[in-house]
Order: sequence, then structure tokens, then C-alpha cells
Amino acid sequence: MFAPWADPAARPLVRFDGVSKRFGTATAVERVSLDIFSGEFFALLGPSGCGKTTLLRLLAGLEMPDDGRILLDGAELTTVPPYRRPINLMFQSYALFPHLTVEGNVAFGLKQEALPKAEIASRVDEMLALVRLEGFAKRKPQHLSGGQRQRVALARSLIKRPRVLLLDEPLAALDKKLRSETQFELMQLQESLGLTFVIVTHDQQEAMTVAGRIAVMDHGRLVQVATPQEIYERPTSRWVADFIGEINLIEGSVTEVGRSGTVVASAAGRLRALSPADVTAGDVVWVALRPEKVRIALEPPPVEGENCVAGQVADIGYLGDLSIYKVRLDNGIIMKTAVANVTRLVERPINWDDRVWLTWSSEAAMVLTR
Amino acid sequence: MRRASWFNIGSLALGLAFLYLPIVILVIYSFNASRLVTVWGGWSIRWYAELIDDRAMLESAWVTLRIAFLSASAATVLGTLAALALVRFGRFRGRVLFSGMIYAPLVMPEVITGLALLLLFVAIDIDRGFWTIAIAHTTLITCFVTVVVQSRLLTFDTTLEEAAMNLGCPPVKTFLTVTLPLIAPALVSGWMLAFTLSLDDLVVASFTTGPGATTLPIRIYSEVRLGVKPEINAVCTILIALVAIGIASASLLAKFHHGGRGAMAGLAGR
Repeated sequence: MFAPWADPAARPLVRFDGVSKRFGTATAVERVSLDIFSGEFFALLGPSGCGKTTLLRLLAGLEMPDDGRILLDGAELTTVPPYRRPINLMFQSYALFPHLTVEGNVAFGLKQEALPKAEIASRVDEMLALVRLEGFAKRKPQHLSGGQRQRVALARSLIKRPRVLLLDEPLAALDKKLRSETQFELMQLQESLGLTFVIVTHDQQEAMTVAGRIAVMDHGRLVQVATPQEIYERPTSRWVADFIGEINLIEGSVTEVGRSGTVVASAAGRLRALSPADVTAGDVVWVALRPEKVRIALEPPPVEGENCVAGQVADIGYLGDLSIYKVRLDNGIIMKTAVANVTRLVERPINWDDRVWLTWSSEAAMVLTR
Repeated sequence: MRRASWFNIGSLALGLAFLYLPIVILVIYSFNASRLVTVWGGWSIRWYAELIDDRAMLESAWVTLRIAFLSASAATVLGTLAALALVRFGRFRGRVLFSGMIYAPLVMPEVITGLALLLLFVAIDIDRGFWTIAIAHTTLITCFVTVVVQSRLLTFDTTLEEAAMNLGCPPVKTFLTVTLPLIAPALVSGWMLAFTLSLDDLVVASFTTGPGATTLPIRIYSEVRLGVKPEINAVCTILIALVAIGIASASLLAKFHHGGRGAMAGLAGR
């Protein structure tokens, strides 16, 4: 299992040490400390304007931090100008040079190193083969499709074999189908080349798919840095839980803390969560439930009690693979549940305004304190 | 596409005639065999042939071309630097004053520019002639280059420069290998514009000229005062051809580089 972040002795490839960046009075990045390890596929995830692109540009040297240091392999990187950093960036707009051919674009980085012509040519060919653009070497970027341009940009930023490859929303301009194909290609590429990738994205699904670890950012700060599973199953705050996927939140107060979990008294009755939480009796907390972990039934369960609420179906969304039911509980709270459509539904067994019971296991419930 | 109505065709024809009829007449009369300017005596190229023997006229043409070349080149360098300062250096102290000063010659009456330059040249006591006209023209036309280059720089995607630096290209080399080739069409059309402006300037040139440096507009003007000779028509036709070729090649160049939307848009928007 590849998890260098769990090893306290491992030396990070990139270290942000208390880095801040302000633009005028607005703070784009605030005291960010973050380690990225060699061979990682790391994602910076957050809503637009959260500072993730600024963090990427700081690493590329296109912005200078106001405070803090950036280290590469333990060596000071903060003062190194962008053209001397062994870090390449694939721009969101691709930023292909319109006056150069595909070949000229891809070769640009190598030409700065005064390599022999023959070597440049062979490495360009190799790169174009890698991104499957062999026949397009002499074309100008204007005469390529969006997907082809994206691959030229990728080839251009990979050809120098950077220590870190930065990808700024690399797939944002592609249509959905091409995007998901390219996500898997990026993962294979990163694995086969053994490089360190840092991707910036606002699309949580994309981050979850490609990255080994995700840093969730909001308002210039890191909110949570963890693996996709951990972020989804154990978010540290309501904000993260809500940003990554769908979530039901029920407010209540802790009545019992013990071996058999945390018991919360709420408007929806007694709720029990097994997940460990740092709470004491009397604390105000939120019980968080992923919609797909909530079961829906037309009959009350044999034993009504904990983790069971009743309500009326307010809305049904049919998504093909899933059906989403919005249920208005007796106390007015709306809860969502997602049910996989494993059989072909000719007629829906659950209908609008039906009385339904929602249940879930205590393993599925999470307790959030903020 | 809408069908052209007779009204549209008519107004188009009128407009074009208003703009170009005098020039067409001039061109036709340059091929007039008659010595009398207003009497048509059949087709001939004798005035072009006589022009070749007119040493003074050829001398003036040569002086004019050299001045236009020199001042257009100097204005392109200065105008580009000014445009870069205005677009790239953010809100530096005195930016508004600087941009005002750059554009002032655009609206300044040429008589005033000419007179001011004449006073300056007299005050610092340099011999007036070829070089003073070249300097005066540079002053006059730099602002036009700035306008053209600035409009191109404003639409220039600076991430291209960032991309170049990110790939290991130092700033100066980035400017030379990425920025310059991409704004080159604007530089060329700026240069062309400056060249034609210098070529046909009469006012500033006549203020700042001295013995031995008679530009073509000055010579034509002084000869016309003694009566229009058919030869003048021939000179003017050649000038028109030169300017037309220059403008056409500049716009073709811009089109070639930018697939239709090019630096000439900067001229059009002036």
C-alpha cells in the first residue's frame, strides 16, 4: 500500500510551510502547510475562488508568496524563478503557442536546454506517440479539436520529465464522456511514468477518481487533507461532508458516549452512531448520513426505535442508475435517500405522498461537531 | 444574406465615388498624352518616361523614402515600448500623464507640432535638413504605432508568456520567441501606417526642412503652385500604388497570421 504520508520518517517532495498570498486586501491563500510526496497523485479541491489555483501558481513560481516557504526535496524553492524550477504546469486554457506547430509546442521546453536536435526530435516523437498524436506534428493548434489540444498541452508539460507536474483544471473544457476517459488515461500515465502529479479541480468526482490524496480548500485554507475514502466516509466538518457528495444532516445533542457508540437526541428521535467522535454528553452535534446508506421502505421496521424516522415522499428523481427520494419527515426536515435501480422498474413501487420509513445502520451514521 | 436593394447599391456607389473619384481621375490623367492637364489627348506613358529623367523629382522621392523608412522604424521601436509600458506595467505613478503625453500628437494640429519642432531645432542650433525631418516625423507618428500595438497587447493572452517561462524560457527570450512573433503583425501594420504618414506629410516637413532636403510632398506642392504638370500626376500615381501595395500586404500579413482577425482591426478601431 502506497501511503508515504502515514510514515513520519518519509521526506516530502514538496513542502508548503505556512504559505500565505494576498492580492490587495483579499487573501487567496492563508497559512497553508502541506506535504506532497514523490509519486503521489494529489488533488487540490475546492469551490471556485478558494485559492487552489493560486497555490498551484505559487508552486510553479508564477506568484510569489507573501509569507512562508516552499521547499522542493528539502531545498528552498521560494526564491527560484519559474524558468529554473523542475516543475511544469498544464494550463487550464492550455496556453498553446499559436505561432508554433504541435511539434514546435511540444519541443519548446527541450529547446530551452540546448539539447542536440536529434534527441529533441526523438523525444518529441516519443511524446506524441504517448498521447496518440503522431499524425498531427505539423498542424497548428488552431486546427485541432479540444481533446487534441488538451493532449498537446499534456505532452508539452510532460516532455521535460518534471519532478512535479501541475494540472490546472486539465479536463474542464472536455465533454463529459471524454473527460471520464481522460481521467483514467491520466491515472495510467502517472503510474507508468512514476511522476508526481498535482491536479487542481472544482469537480469532486474528478478528484475522487484520479487522486490518491485530496486537499479540500475553502477561503484560502486547507479544510481537510486525506484519501478520497476518508474524506467521503469521515469528513471533519459539515462543510466538507456537504461539498463532497450529498449529505443528510440532523442536528441534536449528545446524550450518551460509550462503547456502543454515540447516542444523539434529535427532533428525528434517538440516533446512534458507531463512528468514533470526540464528544461528551450535552454537546451540540450533527449526525451526517450519505443518502445511499439510508434505506427506504413502505412498511415500518419490526422494531421501531433508534435510527428510524417516518415521513412522506415529497419528490422523486429518476437518474437511471439511481432513484433519489426526498422525504419530508413528520417534523418538517427533508431527508434524501438514494436507491440503486438494480432491477428494471416498470412501475415505481414507492410513489409521491406515500408514507415511508427510513432506516440506517449505526455504522453508516457519522457524528460531526462543526 | 440580405439582397442588396437599389438604394444600398446607389449609396455605396456614391460613397465610393466621393472618396475615390478624384484619385481615379488623377490616375487616368497620369496616362494622358496631352501636355494640357485638362484636355484628354489619348493614352500614353510619356510622363512616366519623362519622370525618369527628372533628377530633382527622383532625388526628392529618394529623400522621402529614406526619411519614411527611418522614422517609421524608430517610431515602431519607441511606440512598441510605450505600448508595453502602458499595457504591462500596471498603474505606475504618472501613468495617466504618460498616456496623455503619448496620445497628444494624435490630436495636436500639425502646424503647432511643426512650429514647436522648428523652434527647438533653432534653439539647439542644429543644421536643418534630412535628420531634422526624420526626427520630427518620428515625433509625429510614434503615437500611431502605440495605438496599434497597444490594442494588440490588450488582447494578448499573458498565460502564453507564463507557459514559456514555465517551460524554462527566461523572460527576455520569452519576449523574443513568444511575445514578439505574436504581436509582429501589429508591429508591421504600425510600421506601414507610420511609413505612409511620414511619406505624405507636408506641414511638419516644411517647417523642419532645410537646404538640400526637399521631400516629395514639398516638391509637388511647390511645383503645383506654378501650375499642374502631367508629370506630377505620374508621381502621385506611383505613390498611390506604393501605399496601396504596402497597406494590402500589411493586411494580408495580418490575415495570414491570425486567420482573418488581425492587427488591421487595430487600425480600423482607431
